[in-house]
Amino acid sequence: MTATQPRTRTAEEIGRTETGPRPLPALGRTRDVPLPDVTTATLPNGLRILAAHRPGVPMVEVLLRIPAAGPSATADPAYTAGMEVLVETMLTGTATRDRVGIDDELAAVGGELGVGVDPEWLQAGGSALASGLPVVLDVLADVLTGATHPDDEVARERGRLAERIAVARAQPRTVAREALQRKRFGDHPISSEMPTAEAVAGITAERVRELHADTVVPDGARLVLVGDIDPDTAIESVRARLGGWTGSHPARELSDAPAVVPGDLELVHRPGSVQSQLRLTAPGVVRDDPRYTAFQLANLVFGGYFSSRWMENIREDKGYTYGAHSSQEFVPGGAVLGVDTDVASDVTAAALLETRYELGRMAAVPPTPEEIESARRYAIGSLLISLDSQSALAGTLSVLDSVGLGVDWLRDRPARLEEVTVEQVADAACDFFAPTRFTGVIVGDADVIGPRLRALGGIAQEGRA
Amino acid sequence: MSVTDVEPAALELHRATLSNGLRVLIAPDPTTPVVGVSVHVDVGFRSEPEGRTGFAHLFEHLMFQGSESLEKLAHFRHVQASGGVFNGSTHQDYTDYFEVLPGAALERALFLEADRLRAPKLTVENLRNQVDVVKEEIRLNVQNRPYGGFPWILLPPVLYDTFPNAHNGYGDFSELEQATLEDAASFFDTFYAPGNALLTIHGDVAEHGVDGVLALVERHFGDIPFRPTPQRPSFAEPVPGSERRQSVPDAHAPLPAMAIGYRVPDPTTEPDAYLAHAMLASVLTDGEAARLQRRLVHADGLVTDVSASNGLMGGPLDARDPDTFTITAVHPADVEPDRVLGAVDDELDRLAAQGPSAEELSRQSARWASALHREDDRVMFRMLGLGARELLYGRAELALELPERLAALRPEQIAGAAGRLRGAGRAVLLVEPAAQPDQEETP
Repeated sequence: MTATQPRTRTAEEIGRTETGPRPLPALGRTRDVPLPDVTTATLPNGLRILAAHRPGVPMVEVLLRIPAAGPSATADPAYTAGMEVLVETMLTGTATRDRVGIDDELAAVGGELGVGVDPEWLQAGGSALASGLPVVLDVLADVLTGATHPDDEVARERGRLAERIAVARAQPRTVAREALQRKRFGDHPISSEMPTAEAVAGITAERVRELHADTVVPDGARLVLVGDIDPDTAIESVRARLGGWTGSHPARELSDAPAVVPGDLELVHRPGSVQSQLRLTAPGVVRDDPRYTAFQLANLVFGGYFSSRWMENIREDKGYTYGAHSSQEFVPGGAVLGVDTDVASDVTAAALLETRYELGRMAAVPPTPEEIESARRYAIGSLLISLDSQSALAGTLSVLDSVGLGVDWLRDRPARLEEVTVEQVADAACDFFAPTRFTGVIVGDADVIGPRLRALGGIAQEGRA
Repeated sequence: MSVTDVEPAALELHRATLSNGLRVLIAPDPTTPVVGVSVHVDVGFRSEPEGRTGFAHLFEHLMFQGSESLEKLAHFRHVQASGGVFNGSTHQDYTDYFEVLPGAALERALFLEADRLRAPKLTVENLRNQVDVVKEEIRLNVQNRPYGGFPWILLPPVLYDTFPNAHNGYGDFSELEQATLEDAASFFDTFYAPGNALLTIHGDVAEHGVDGVLALVERHFGDIPFRPTPQRPSFAEPVPGSERRQSVPDAHAPLPAMAIGYRVPDPTTEPDAYLAHAMLASVLTDGEAARLQRRLVHADGLVTDVSASNGLMGGPLDARDPDTFTITAVHPADVEPDRVLGAVDDELDRLAAQGPSAEELSRQSARWASALHREDDRVMFRMLGLGARELLYGRAELALELPERLAALRPEQIAGAAGRLRGAGRAVLLVEPAAQPDQEETP
């Protein structure tokens, strides 16, 4: 035996065996989505409760969402800033617990609780070992009804927020998101997702306490509990702790967002960028629209999963991007379709050209039966996978309930996906993906990407990041 | 009941080794309708050749580009058209490939994984295309964003001296561009031998049962010919004897950041001493009551955010020796890094001298238990946890025992870990915002 390594094979030798290519095994029958029954109750103070038994791990998920729109009909930086400071200080003190006390009590039952806010909702969510549910509810009730927002904590969190906002705004995706929201929603409050450091600096502890009394109210709020729990016992446990929670008025719901108006793309200059963010958008389709399921499959065919036309074109064929995704966001009164990718500066115009080409192709060259069948199987299978955890189920139940849909709507999803016809998907592809329906933004170094983009047309006057 | 009495998830682990050397781990879970299939290959970016940084990750991309039975794009299409999701990832010591699908697609998943492990189609066209895609991935995650590659790319060259431990696992553009088809063929033949891989199946095995699954595995993987497995070198190198510092500019960062890197005990030979560092990380930064949160964020107001982790890529037990303990923080420009370091040293000294309280430890172990349960609530994460521990340490059980082992740690072991960090050298990486006058001007 010699010391030399055996010769390694060539790429061509590696890719071939004596027996040759083999056939793909058939699929078995996909099981139904196993969904638990959901028990619901509404307390006299207006709080709605949904509880479901989903064992698997000895945990419980807790998710409270309160509609939390501002009183103004237009974006109000001071309101956005106030709500952001409110959620940052909500877990820092009550009459009986300080910041560390709250954290210690939750930790003892393996618990976590977080609070967040967006233009539509204030959200408090967490998890714990199932046996710790009473403790989590105790702490939650205490902060909802008795958070004091101590002066020194407000002062400290204002400073940290200013720094975090600076870090967030340095992220290209944040720059692109803010530009996109302004582009499609103008000064509707839904466009105000992140406050300015300046507005945050002007928020006093007194103002935060006023906002808490005004927005943290039970009427219109919804609490979802999913886990290794008995639903009836869990609901009684909530009733005992949150039955006395009061508010002077119902929670404020966000007004309908304006419809997306088709038009030119706005070029936003971010000096020194080596990559550009393409963010195209068009009106979407609400869940109770009869064309919703057909739209969902058309979206998968276009760019909603890896095996989509757009991804296969600009990533796997051209190598312009690491990822390209199209998806829907639901907004009050409707939905918006978003088409997102990040690409190198020198291929930005080329990527836009291919994107417009693929959008046009959705109308001109309808999805084939094979494309639709693949999307259909993926939609059914990924539904099974996406609901296979307590946290995902809790989130989905909460969102559906807020638009008046229950767990039966989820149970019937596979059947509705099976029933959609090729013609219906082709019609949805033409109706919803036609390039004439879109507008959007492109963020990047305008000195580098501007000339070629403008040569393509449909590019509006630029702004600055 | 105290929370640490929660029974570990009852999960049966079945092992087998095929005659070609492929190791198989089967962990049925009848409570879920989905099944996961993963292949962990015993090669990560520490094993890639000098002059070919980023090659292990680039090769991971190539494994999705077709095989003898499947054209380019077919792998993605078959997984997704079966209702499944897929991905792969490259770590220091291993590369994983995985898919999660409805249980009905189990055999199809085995076929897909076997086909590319047997005969991947490596072509120049796919290589060039995936070099472009990987460059976009690096632009997205590193070059075009603030704190890109912090700390996993930036810290190792300060803490380590040898190429395997110190180099950039994402790779330099010039070296990625020089990669050849011969490099790819040689990498596959060397490292992707069946005896260098582990196949894990977890979740809904339906009517097949364990024996039936094993028969399917034999049918699809059994005729992949045996090849010798590579000798795995030691990546050991001496612990630095003093502090090493390095500053790097960041064109996009609005605030300075720092990362402190330490070496930790060998997880294979000293598992409890290693895990004591994982618990130490929690005692330092997990939750509002954690030592460095209270000291650095709330009492002294020195940093905006701070976190600690045993493991360079986010979690413990994800690499063999040598492994890294990191503390990272973002801080205002007017705070001198030495003030942060001084406060960290103070807290480590205090822990080394007095240890954490028993209550502090029990709270952190309850938090670990629930975080691990929550992760295990998804077939994908539990499967990847089992597979990685089986490949790296030969004990998938570690993934299931982790909550108990962390809960069994005593205060003096945590004190020992803190003292160990104080007793040796370390790396300090400073990320400095680079001036961007252009961005401040109005047009």
